[in-house]
Amino acid sequence: MASRQLIDRMTDILGPEGVISEREQLRAYECDGLMNYRVIPEIVVLPESAEHVQQIVRYCYDEGIPFVARGSGTGLSGGALPVESGVLIVLSRMRKIIEVDIPNQRVVVEPGVINIWVSQAVADDGYYYAPDPASQIVSSIGGNLAENSGGVHCLKYGFTTNHVMGAEIVLPDGTMVNVGGGMAPDAPGYELLGAFVGSEGTLGIATKITLRIVRKPQAVKTLLAAFKDTEEAGDAVSGIIGSGIVPAAIEMMDALCIEAVETAVHPGFPQAGAVLIVELDGPEAEVSSQFDQTIKICEEANASEIRIAEDDEERALFWKGRKAAFAAMGRIANDYYVQDAVVPRTELGAVLKRINQLGEEYEMRVANVFHAGDGNLHPLVLYDNDNPGEAEKAEDLAGRIVMTCLEHGGSLTGEHGIGRDKMKYMPKMFTDEDMDTMQLLRCAFDPHHICNPGKIFPTPRLCGERPGPFHMHPVQKAGLAENF
Amino acid sequence: MDKDNSSLDPRQDGNPYDATDATERKVDSSSEGTEGMAGAIGAGSPDDIPTDTFASRSAVKQTVGIGRKTESGSVIFPAFDSHHPPEKDLIDDCVHCGFCLPTCPTYVLFGEEMDSPRGRIYLMNKGLEEEPLNDQMVRHFDLCLGCMACVTACPSGVQYDKLIEATRGQVERRYERSTQDKAFREMIFQLFPYPNRLRVAAAPLKLYQRFGVGDKLRKAGVMKMLPKRMLAMEALMPMLTKQQEIPEFTPAEGERRRTVGFIKGCVQRVFFSEVNAATVRVLAAEGCDVVTPKAQGCCGALSVHAGREEEFLGFARKLIDEFEDSGVDQIIINAAGCGSTLKEYGYLLRDDKAYAEKARNFSAKVRDVSEFLQELGPVAERQPLPVAAAYHDACHLAHSQGIRKQPRQTLKQIPGMEVREIKEAELCCGSAGIYNMVEPEPATELGDRKATNVLNTGARMVVTSNPGCMLQIQASLRRMGHSMPMAHPMEVLDASIRGKSVETLLLNR
Repeated sequence: MASRQLIDRMTDILGPEGVISEREQLRAYECDGLMNYRVIPEIVVLPESAEHVQQIVRYCYDEGIPFVARGSGTGLSGGALPVESGVLIVLSRMRKIIEVDIPNQRVVVEPGVINIWVSQAVADDGYYYAPDPASQIVSSIGGNLAENSGGVHCLKYGFTTNHVMGAEIVLPDGTMVNVGGGMAPDAPGYELLGAFVGSEGTLGIATKITLRIVRKPQAVKTLLAAFKDTEEAGDAVSGIIGSGIVPAAIEMMDALCIEAVETAVHPGFPQAGAVLIVELDGPEAEVSSQFDQTIKICEEANASEIRIAEDDEERALFWKGRKAAFAAMGRIANDYYVQDAVVPRTELGAVLKRINQLGEEYEMRVANVFHAGDGNLHPLVLYDNDNPGEAEKAEDLAGRIVMTCLEHGGSLTGEHGIGRDKMKYMPKMFTDEDMDTMQLLRCAFDPHHICNPGKIFPTPRLCGERPGPFHMHPVQKAGLAENF
Repeated sequence: MDKDNSSLDPRQDGNPYDATDATERKVDSSSEGTEGMAGAIGAGSPDDIPTDTFASRSAVKQTVGIGRKTESGSVIFPAFDSHHPPEKDLIDDCVHCGFCLPTCPTYVLFGEEMDSPRGRIYLMNKGLEEEPLNDQMVRHFDLCLGCMACVTACPSGVQYDKLIEATRGQVERRYERSTQDKAFREMIFQLFPYPNRLRVAAAPLKLYQRFGVGDKLRKAGVMKMLPKRMLAMEALMPMLTKQQEIPEFTPAEGERRRTVGFIKGCVQRVFFSEVNAATVRVLAAEGCDVVTPKAQGCCGALSVHAGREEEFLGFARKLIDEFEDSGVDQIIINAAGCGSTLKEYGYLLRDDKAYAEKARNFSAKVRDVSEFLQELGPVAERQPLPVAAAYHDACHLAHSQGIRKQPRQTLKQIPGMEVREIKEAELCCGSAGIYNMVEPEPATELGDRKATNVLNTGARMVVTSNPGCMLQIQASLRRMGHSMPMAHPMEVLDASIRGKSVETLLLNR
């Protein structure tokens, strides 16, 4: 139960409608899209303006109360997991599209605006917002910014960071700043926007975001190809990319995944060991010739069936099948544990083989769906939370999978973020020095360690401090930085 | 009136956390308050409302609050008892992805997790596991419109419809509402499922409308003094037209293709009898013998959506009996809300040994009229109706029954007819059974939003398949100073088959 003083102060700022402090209501906020970690926040607040956010954060700073920002609560790494005795700042009521500026190809939004609303707002003018995470119908732009969300089309168009032009941010001490150039392609001074995007809510809270929108392509062609197994499908992927084609998207799903989405949204996928969805977009002539080439490569890789989307409706059905993949797991399992590792594309085959072996070893089912073009894997470990010990076993298996990816020269996360979930693997990928350098940046923004604490880094450290005897960080030794 | 009608935020109701709230309750069996309320909406004779039909009383006897010791030693009563709690298996289907949030009307309005399907399912799970049923929890369940847009949106196939219905049954049995709230709900349920009573109540309403009493009272400022729920009810009342009776047997025109039973509905029968008349004419014109049992009562949809299980079961058994020996191929319904419940009889009566099988067979025969006509294929000639109509998806047709294409197809088969889509089509208009009467504030907001989207289509009329939606959209348009002709798809089709002009159709309501 939150202290009377905290409730009163928040009520002063937001009115009673903006404050949630009853236990059973707070429980609805105890986790985000990842249910493995749950913490009941002290209080939930629902600001409606940047000024509200600033006042809340300033109060937290003055009182030393930790806070966490949350958008639609769909994150998959526990990035919006509340902090015990902390404030959860939910931005779902800040959902105005502030400005649509078609001639300058930009849209200014509040953080609670849902990703797809941006595309919908500019669709009639022939534009769209490119980053399209599978959760785009529900995830918020603020959350996308924090996680630097990707999506199926980021292979060609880049991640959120490539589409954010500027942001108004409330820093952890309540200061409001503007980062990014707005109009300029390369803003003078440090690239603070780049540091902020993908900082997983640890450097502040964005209250206004300027996004770049892009013209809808002249032509879009999509095909779905079925293969005997993921290895053959992987060959096709390598073939396509190797030939110099940059598809707008190239996605792979394995048999288990196909089964789940078939039950859920009936996209009519063929029964196969793996399917690929390949989408090309751009000028008519280019798309047309590259599409023929793509079909040829798939055939050479022994595709058992190739389906071409005849119209927008069929294309939408292909994508519906793909984008519902995670959620559709509910059809074949009670719970799942999703990983987000990245491996070099050339290692895909070997890594998938190893994942299958591990699944057999643990006697657990692992479904695979992934952005094949950039080697971003999403293995889904299926389990049942009601069976004692199974959740731990699933987490253990998921950990082994991540380690496998790292051994093959990969990375911990492609787009879901580290959050609470993967922080323990950070030392496997980074040296202490690497992480201390990151901590220096964090401390520059959040010296009191109150902004989404307990995320990204495995051990809560203050500003470059290390366990054991003090070692000066190389950056400090060189006189480039100092301890706060 | 009760507290939530006087406070600004409809969600700020009830006392703070009180662990005793989930203990067994006695249901007050007096009809306290009913008389006055019936009078307020013009029910002439309070005698028409019996005081001994409190269905929930027998249900209360079955309720056993099983206390459970926690580690700390305090006793927590579980939120749900063992009679049809929200099923754990169905709850577990939810993977917490949040895809339901943007289509949930209350999440759209309030932006709060507990007022979303994901949040409510989470609360149900907590109710099963550890939390008692208290005012706050009940408030979030009550605020759900039951529009089932989340069922459409959910990739995991969570059967939220079953979950919320089970939860509502528990709430009605185990939770003590304020006296006023209880009385208001009771009044609704003693009135709307009974066409004869509704007709009696509507009679003075006709005079009230003819003499413009409402407008005069509004001008005099008297209306403002009425409680919000009463105002909402008053605003919803349609202009009453002459009752059109449906004969017990209507023969097919030309060659007989099917024999169908017809369900008249309650609100439909009293306020929109011309929709029923048009439906029967269309069915006959398409080669159907139409059997309409005279004695038929309510299907129980309003009751089951409000968790009044015993009352529902009574209605359902009676209706099944009425069609028992009718020998019909299909049972046709033209009201979306009734149709979705009729199709669920098999599930809802699963515990009733005597009726389980009958109910399954009954449900298997039920068709929405547009669904049926598309299965059957058109034979009657359609005359042109050159008009642009906005088609509004009733939630209980689109989300509950998955019927979207058929009514549009029915309209598009009419030469000259242009069907326009309404933006945010998946979002509920706020009608939702009795919702706009018990929760007028969110309902009004949703109604305004829908009416704005309807106006933006630039269409000349609105077509929809549910009487509740018609009342709600009409009331919302009126409040915004607009009016637009409304029709059920069957009225449009009937006009086309009978060669009526567009102008005649537009005079409709």
